[in-house]
Amino acid sequence: MNDDDRVFRALADPTRRFLLDLLYERDGRTLTQLESGLEMTRFGVMKHLRVLEDAGLVVTRREGREKLHFLNPVPIRLIHDRWIDKYTERRVSALADLKAQLEEEFA
Amino acid sequence: MTTTGTSVATQVYRVYIKATPQAIWDAITTPEWTERYGVGGRAEYELRQGGAYRVPTTEAMRKAGARMGLSVPDVMVDGEVIELDPPRRLVQTFRMLMDDATAAEGFTRLTWEIDELPGGVSKLTVVHELEGKPQLAALSAGERESEGAGGGWSYVLSDLKTLLETGSSMGASMAPSTGPDHR
Repeated sequence: MNDDDRVFRALADPTRRFLLDLLYERDGRTLTQLESGLEMTRFGVMKHLRVLEDAGLVVTRREGREKLHFLNPVPIRLIHDRWIDKYTERRVSALADLKAQLEEEFA
Repeated sequence: MTTTGTSVATQVYRVYIKATPQAIWDAITTPEWTERYGVGGRAEYELRQGGAYRVPTTEAMRKAGARMGLSVPDVMVDGEVIELDPPRRLVQTFRMLMDDATAAEGFTRLTWEIDELPGGVSKLTVVHELEGKPQLAALSAGERESEGAGGGWSYVLSDLKTLLETGSSMGASMAPSTGPDHR
């Protein structure tokens, strides 16, 4: 599985998207704080966080005795920059082609 | 100015780059590299504890500022080196001077961590402590990208990865018509 697969797989689950939303609202939370927003066992939340961490979407850091979870948007940005821009570019070039064609026809 | 839905705290960004820690360190700390990715600009670091850090305003930044209705100062960012352990760790202060409101928030703490992994890959982690700095936090999160203020750390790190891995950046800088190389 490559990096993009891991990101898409992580995002394919509503609970994991909800966890990312929680971190977007307030970043740098502990497992206990994240757990309180979900109707799920601590173990279940840990499993989801692990998938998000493996995909690079969540980064953990130790601060004192606490392990804090941060939302890392870079993997999504990488997909955006690599894929979405590619499609936008194609649309732009399609329009440029259309313009050239029309100008030729009406020349 | 739009306010954000996010709370203001520390922001953490991480990217994996197929490059040595030294290559990444150089890309962060030398002007020849910093002008080639992200929002461009030649970052000047005095690489010693207490050394100065500044990014002089480029023509592209000036134009981007003008489009946002700002008359930007001659120095876009300033700060000071707090701690350095090349090519693994750099801690610095960072103050954005783009506009009065952001400049008034003062200095923030920025940490760069570079870890070497097996397989010629390095892990770059950027920690930006933004507690109580809503203007800079919004910029750092890329929330003002559509206004022309740049895509924040996500964009900068994505572009840095592209540059180091492919030899050229995306070239989608603050001034799309000119690009960072043509100030």
